[in-house]
Amino acid sequence: MGYPDYMRESIEKVNATRSKRLGVQYPRLTMEQGNEVLRDYHPDFKDEQKRNILVGPNRGDPANHEFADVLEAHPAIRPGDVDLEQVDWDVDVLVIGGGGAGSTAAMMAAEAGAKTLLVTKLRLGDANTMMAQGGIQAASKPQDSPTIHYLDVMGGGHFTNKPELVEALVKDAPLVIKWHEELGVMYDKDPDGTMLTIHGGGTSRKRMHSAKDYSGGEIMKTLRDEVRNRPEIEVVEFSSAVELIMDDKGACVGVVLMNMETQEYKIVRSKATVLATGGFGRLHIQGFETTNHYGATADGIVMAYHVGVKWVFMDSVQYHPTGAVFPEQIVGMLVTEKVRGLGAQVLNLDGDQFTYPLEPRDIESSKIIREVEKEGKGICTPTGKWGVWLDSPLIDLIHGPGTIERELPAMVRQYRRFDIDIIKDPVLIYPTLHYQNGGIDIDANTATSVPGLFAAGEVAGGIHGTNRLMGNSLLDVNVFGRRAGRSAAAYSRDAEPGKPTLEHLTRYEEELEKAKVETDRHAPILLPEYRPEHLREHMLDIPL
Amino acid sequence: MADDKVLQAIDEPPVMESEICVTDELVEVYIMGKPYTVPASLTIMKAMEYVGYKLVRGVGCREGFCGACGTVFRRRGDYKLYSGLACQTLVEDGMYLTQIPSFPAEKAVYDIRELEPTANTILSYYPELARCVSCNSCTKVCPQEIDVMDYVNEALRGDIERAAHTSFDCIMCGLCTVRCHAEMPQYLIGILARRLYAAHIAARAQDLESRVQQILDGEFDKELADIKKLSEEELKDLYKKRDIEPT
Repeated sequence: MGYPDYMRESIEKVNATRSKRLGVQYPRLTMEQGNEVLRDYHPDFKDEQKRNILVGPNRGDPANHEFADVLEAHPAIRPGDVDLEQVDWDVDVLVIGGGGAGSTAAMMAAEAGAKTLLVTKLRLGDANTMMAQGGIQAASKPQDSPTIHYLDVMGGGHFTNKPELVEALVKDAPLVIKWHEELGVMYDKDPDGTMLTIHGGGTSRKRMHSAKDYSGGEIMKTLRDEVRNRPEIEVVEFSSAVELIMDDKGACVGVVLMNMETQEYKIVRSKATVLATGGFGRLHIQGFETTNHYGATADGIVMAYHVGVKWVFMDSVQYHPTGAVFPEQIVGMLVTEKVRGLGAQVLNLDGDQFTYPLEPRDIESSKIIREVEKEGKGICTPTGKWGVWLDSPLIDLIHGPGTIERELPAMVRQYRRFDIDIIKDPVLIYPTLHYQNGGIDIDANTATSVPGLFAAGEVAGGIHGTNRLMGNSLLDVNVFGRRAGRSAAAYSRDAEPGKPTLEHLTRYEEELEKAKVETDRHAPILLPEYRPEHLREHMLDIPL
Repeated sequence: MADDKVLQAIDEPPVMESEICVTDELVEVYIMGKPYTVPASLTIMKAMEYVGYKLVRGVGCREGFCGACGTVFRRRGDYKLYSGLACQTLVEDGMYLTQIPSFPAEKAVYDIRELEPTANTILSYYPELARCVSCNSCTKVCPQEIDVMDYVNEALRGDIERAAHTSFDCIMCGLCTVRCHAEMPQYLIGILARRLYAAHIAARAQDLESRVQQILDGEFDKELADIKKLSEEELKDLYKKRDIEPT
């Protein structure tokens, strides 16, 4: 395995220019230049990839076709399919989702005295949180402050972010890191306890806290262990929420669950519900490969849409600048921004720099797309994909031998499996679908427009505006997960659920009909489809 | 069906006209004993989907971080047992494989804040630690190439710090536990070691402590309230002028 010979020609140019490039920094774009490259090359600006939604609370708003497809689809069930009176769980707070936001929400709700149930489609901890590598932002150092963090977040999001959400994010950030420290998250530290922090794209202070390049994994494993240490939190795995249940007063009062293995349905009655279902990477927006978890299929936002909850910025998608494009087996896989944070440069076919390596993610991605599409300086893979080089060996040249192995063990291991040594050779990368910038419209306490329904994590929007900075999503899931748990518990104390109903699904069907949407699509889709089409056409539907 | 037609169905790779485009060879793999023919370039996970499995178990992040897809396999004509993550391991001709998505293990319940990191703390929660016969099966099966037996012994000796560092890359797939003669859950012992080390042995971050106090005292409230009120133009101006800490 390893690189084929024709690629080695370009790699030799990269290796030959390395010592000359050491310490030579490509200039950062001005705000105007950045906006120009975004407009010309960022996928968000491709109008032909979008259409205006025909139904629901965001009717008329633009959305990528793949997302529009799950909204302009029949609800997963019909009201007559289930018996709402036969209740299987009756709880104060229901948390849907077992990632970072769901786990923290469940902990806070239970701490506040609420009877708490966490349900998740796959296993507890199966989430994008587990996969986040680079780190988590927090203004924990003296030369930094929440206010400077605020400015970076707003600038990264092109000043479209909701200020009250950004304020919550930056103010809670150090509290979250401290909470993690007490829970036993193994952050990278100096022997005296000082957190090791580096830059991320678009940061003006070094505030990226990390746990090697397993940052999200380390946080998620700790949170999962902690949830399991609290018997007062009931956890039900392999059970997907399929539709929310409302009452006759317009409040959310539970959910219809489906056992993913037996397809038996169960009814949860809850006084308050937290949606922490994550984003939509597995919808493969605009055909992009994705870094996302298998379960990232937009279920939460679809269910919320059925009960009339609006979304914001959903036509804004984050393409991570550095997704693997070679070898074929790991296409789309994340190459952490920490690689550039440690000094790796982005290079073209000739081994030349063409971008400042730590632009905000949307600009960095656009520059890479431009270098390939306009300048023709990309490198083609054996399967016809295009990429540019990320010069990882530069890191050891800057920080000393052994740095790559110490700081990026996950990445070294992943490439070594395919006989590529990232200490000696660069890696081939191209932008890959990474994050749903937008989501459900929430306030700083995570409340949605529907009483009793809260949302936290990637499913929620507005925090990052139209572009999230690295390290602010691990932060987001913790900040808003904690807030959601507390808000839901507080709401549940006085809530008096009325008569349960699924009438909203009937109304949604009527709207589809009125808008003349003719389709056999159903949503939420729960899991992506990767079985080959020719094979699916040859499957029989016989009960066994 | 022609081989190239099969390939098109995987993920519809764009067809390249240049000579560098490689055609894929096919291999035979045995999924839970049943043979299937699949392209050699696929991972075990993609091969299972390619032959028609819609995965619910044994699938997660698909990038080697979540531990959902631990898989054991043997090769034709080879007595040895091999292991890997289904999402990170390529199929091979004559591979006999089965996934082990779940295996029973009892997790100790504790309040990490109340624990003390003494030499016996881990042993008191997992006394089966002492049953280790140093067979090294756990290390051999680990898809993360962790020296599992080493951290088990470090934990047994009460060297929490070393056990925490040695086990750090663990993704908790549980294959070690499947193979263990002493019937211990190594991966759960590892996370207890890491949490004990980080919460009670590693020095606390003093900067962070002071910053948290400042926030609780409301020291940034006014600053934040003021910056929130700025118009977009004023904010942009401030953003352009911000100084960047040197790398």
